[in-house]
Amino acid sequence: MSIIVAILSRAGKAILTLLAIAILNFFLLHAAPGDPAVVLAGEAGAADEQMIEQLRERFGLDQPLYVQLGKYVGGIVQLDLGYSFRQGAPVAQLIAERLPATLLLTLTAFFISLILGIALGASASARVGKPSDTVLTTLALLFYATPLYWLALMAVLVFSVWLGWLPGFGYETVGAGYTGFARMLDIGQHLVLPALTLGLFFMAVYMRMTRASMLEVAQLDFVKTAKAKGLSPREIRRRHILRNAILPVVTLAGLQAGQLVGGAVLTETVFAWPGIGRLMFESLAARDYNTILGVFLVSAAMVILFNIATDIVYRIVDPRIGARA
Amino acid sequence: MWKRFRSNIGAMIGVALLATVIVIALIAPLLYPGGPWQMVQRPFLAPFSVDGLPLGTDTLGRNVAAQLAYGARVSLLVGLVSTLVALLIGVPLGALAGFYGGYVDEGAMRFTEFFQTIPNFALAIVLVAIFEPTLASITLAIAIVSWPPVARLVRAEVMSVRTREFVDAARLAGLSKPRILIQQVLPNTVSPIIVMASLMVATAILLESSLSFLGLGDPNAMSWGYMIGAARTVIRTSWWLSFFPGIAIVITVLALNLIGEGLNDAFNPHLSRKGKA
Repeated sequence: MSIIVAILSRAGKAILTLLAIAILNFFLLHAAPGDPAVVLAGEAGAADEQMIEQLRERFGLDQPLYVQLGKYVGGIVQLDLGYSFRQGAPVAQLIAERLPATLLLTLTAFFISLILGIALGASASARVGKPSDTVLTTLALLFYATPLYWLALMAVLVFSVWLGWLPGFGYETVGAGYTGFARMLDIGQHLVLPALTLGLFFMAVYMRMTRASMLEVAQLDFVKTAKAKGLSPREIRRRHILRNAILPVVTLAGLQAGQLVGGAVLTETVFAWPGIGRLMFESLAARDYNTILGVFLVSAAMVILFNIATDIVYRIVDPRIGARA
Repeated sequence: MWKRFRSNIGAMIGVALLATVIVIALIAPLLYPGGPWQMVQRPFLAPFSVDGLPLGTDTLGRNVAAQLAYGARVSLLVGLVSTLVALLIGVPLGALAGFYGGYVDEGAMRFTEFFQTIPNFALAIVLVAIFEPTLASITLAIAIVSWPPVARLVRAEVMSVRTREFVDAARLAGLSKPRILIQQVLPNTVSPIIVMASLMVATAILLESSLSFLGLGDPNAMSWGYMIGAARTVIRTSWWLSFFPGIAIVITVLALNLIGEGLNDAFNPHLSRKGKA
């Protein structure tokens, strides 16, 4: 019961946040240097005088600011994110076409990084101070300092250009005409490098967190009790320490969702992955503000959904939360 | 404290690396008086193929080593200034929220939460794209997306310090609330802020390089991210053009992270053996 109430209150908050972002977007458009109508049309020179006149009409740019704001936000509520003159299509449609690729990439990267991060962190914590722990923590420190997009480029260089093991470009083999399982396999191959390079940074984060958290929990009294009961160290780590240590990691993973979605812009740019991040990158050079702000809003929505999902998982994993709330 | 920091090998490596980067940034105009944009040789020269150009030349025949040296200036400057600006936003907000509590706290935390929900790199892209990329807009955008953790940290620290005896003593001595906050409470929150700030400079450098990689760098300033972005399309033929700037970023960010961790261990000796994340 409490879980439903909690989700409803989270959903209410999420809607308020998205509205606030829509309002922020509106003011950003107006803060951009130049005539808002021209700004909306993008700098690609794709919009002619008549279109700009239409835009002025539609957004009521000759009316007071609050009327304009109402029209803009009202449009967004109806999923109207404006029109991209550069791409010649409504922004909502452009984003809808590209969203599945981004979801596939970010979710794969998320699960890879979480599972590997927790596993490596747990194994490092079991070997504190030994060489293998030092190697793992040093590697984590290195990945932590490596720019995502650079790692992605180097991975393309090594695994695609030099070794030729994996495709370093695109979503699937163009013109191969694969269907069914063959197509899935093809997409899977294209997914390996982007998902791994996007996930490695976060893996380092989760690994460090798991390691620290495990070491902290290991000091607690119930672990001494478990030891006194005569459980093997392995058993204690798996059943007692890990279970408790994993909670802060899950919280952190939820908070990091925003970073993951932001990182996707870079990864998709390097790998020409046809997601919304790549769409944002393509819109930057043309200053296609409608598309840029649309992607921004949708990525914020993704992050909020992600946070709600982790919140639910958290409540299921740790029933104490419900009791406390 | 200082002694503990100095005995930390990782932190000392960090200090040495960072010092090297700072020196290179400072003497860049002496080493390469022609600046980073000057064309010196044929384009696409591989490293060590011509004397005097140990890192080769880029797509326009510019000296990669000179570009790296000048890029260090931009990275360090943006990293440092944006962190300072983020502190200027986050510290007062967190301090007020933690010290006064109630509605002030509620309002400030809602505001902070809102900024924490927004994907920060996407917001930085939007801000820089709209206000045109200049060093100032990039620095400000990074500061705007980086302050929320500072506010939360300062709030938590202030809340815990607020209840200590010496604060009661100050109140009994008749000090006004703002004076207690500034003179008694805030000085006791400095060490965790320093640790966070050193890690924030590292993150800011990564952010700046990512923005310029996407083409959102200041067109008048040579930066490492720009170099990698410009070399992206020629990675198949000229790997060194993207390789060296990347190494420069890794070294600088790693150095700052090592220093941050060293400071953290030095300030909190009881946690030091745990390797807190």
